Amino acid sequence: MSSRGSHLILIAATLLVVGFMLVLPLLVVFSEALAQGWDFLAEALREPDAQAAIRLTALVAAIAVPVNAVIGVAAAWCLTHFSFRGRKLLIGLIELPFAVSPVISGMVYVLLFGLQGWFGPFLMAHGVKIIFALPGIVIATVFVTLPFVARQLMPLMQALGTEEEQAALTLGASGWQMFTRITLPRIRWALLTGVLLCNARAMGEFGAVSVVSGHIRGATNTMPLHIEILYNEYNLPAAFAMAALLALLAIATIGLRLILEWQGRRAEVRGQQAIWVNA
Amino acid sequence: MRRQHSVLPGFRLTLAVTMVALALIVVIPLAGLVAKAATVPWDHALEVLGSWRTLSAFRISFGLSALAALVNLPIGLLLAWTLTRVSFPGKHLVDAMIDLPFALPTAVAGIALATLYADNGWIGGLLARAGVQVAFTPSGIFVALSFVGLPFVVRSLQPVLRALPRDVEEAALTLGAPSWQILRRVILPPLLPAAFTGATLAFARGVGEYGSVIFIAGNRPAVSEIVPLLIVAKLEQFDYPGAALLGTIMLALSLAILLALGRLQRPAHV
Repeated sequence: MSSRGSHLILIAATLLVVGFMLVLPLLVVFSEALAQGWDFLAEALREPDAQAAIRLTALVAAIAVPVNAVIGVAAAWCLTHFSFRGRKLLIGLIELPFAVSPVISGMVYVLLFGLQGWFGPFLMAHGVKIIFALPGIVIATVFVTLPFVARQLMPLMQALGTEEEQAALTLGASGWQMFTRITLPRIRWALLTGVLLCNARAMGEFGAVSVVSGHIRGATNTMPLHIEILYNEYNLPAAFAMAALLALLAIATIGLRLILEWQGRRAEVRGQQAIWVNA
Repeated sequence: MRRQHSVLPGFRLTLAVTMVALALIVVIPLAGLVAKAATVPWDHALEVLGSWRTLSAFRISFGLSALAALVNLPIGLLLAWTLTRVSFPGKHLVDAMIDLPFALPTAVAGIALATLYADNGWIGGLLARAGVQVAFTPSGIFVALSFVGLPFVVRSLQPVLRALPRDVEEAALTLGAPSWQILRRVILPPLLPAAFTGATLAFARGVGEYGSVIFIAGNRPAVSEIVPLLIVAKLEQFDYPGAALLGTIMLALSLAILLALGRLQRPAHV
């Protein structure tokens, strides 16, 4: 049997499937975005509502991502280095947002904070607006992106162990010194990967944000929601202009992730070499 | 509570942060959903759940998600096999591309697929000449769900294929076994658990998927309306109890699927 021939068939079939299922949808985004030329593309992205959507998306990510980075590091620390009753349950709860439909992720906050929600009348009486406003969009985004940082960190922290941290403590480091000088440098590539993926999802989230936003043009429309509005108005070139921006974000995310994972592997190898040298 | 490595600091602080965050972000909101669903009177619940529109939406969501996951099995196996066993120029680029459905925002995927498969689109145009319409029909939902589900299958299979010793197939080859027998007897059995995991994750994702589907689906009630869209429709009509009821059922079903799988998490790389 010619393994060369069968390899060629496998490669051809793979390229065909990848091209058909993955490359064509990506190409169509850029082709439609540029269908009316670069000037139109730039004009569409400069339009005030488009600008407002881009600013809102950046703002939401700028709040949600650091919040999740802190929660993710804290959760990974206590869930990998300590064993206590209920630990498995907490891990399950952190992973839960990945198992929930985005629509439900948004709806739970409408049921809590919406006008007819559990806290709706209270919020109304105190003039606090969460649903159809920025806070709702941020909370829903934090929910859907909750697992990213923790799930990048937990396997790594497990594998790294705690010897170096314990050594630092023995040498008199405070808890904070140990964290910033030992733990943080050791986990930084995985942390950055988690932050990267968290950011990509935060900027691209559609379903959850759609339910809580109220689609107020120029006010509560994020980039993905603005794409929907433009698309439904049959303004395809403008919709695809915005979509191209998010597609570039996706490509950059995939590329950066490869670089970060490569860096992480290098750091791991260096760490092992250091251990060998010391031994 | 008993801790293991009591030498390490920060247990109380990090546990407090984690528990407060989980309570505020996950537990209380989900409890609010279930509590809302519990307030629905029986007759209204039966009316919502027994309606033709609801039953159709469940049939469409679960049926097409299962179909897309099944179709992704051989396709995912092909991709995972080629990417782990065959080397060719640009392989790393192709491998990175597999993550595209994870990284591409669903709304972008949705309008891209809708445009691609519309009657005047690159693929839809060809299909239209053959008399097949995909966009704005249930077939469109299938296309979108196949797209979002593909990486789950590939990424579940890849680590297992990497760990599978090559010499087993080579031994089978030298003993003269025909290749389909090698495939069926030697290669497929160790892959089955991972394939099943990948397909189940793709299915679970498909059932809840919203953004990439609604642009290509056509969204006609009882024909091409998925459950998440029906929930949104109920929310927009301020039928919060009905929406909460459907949401609770979806939540329970996706939890049951993933717990039955014995794990909540996706494969490490995903």
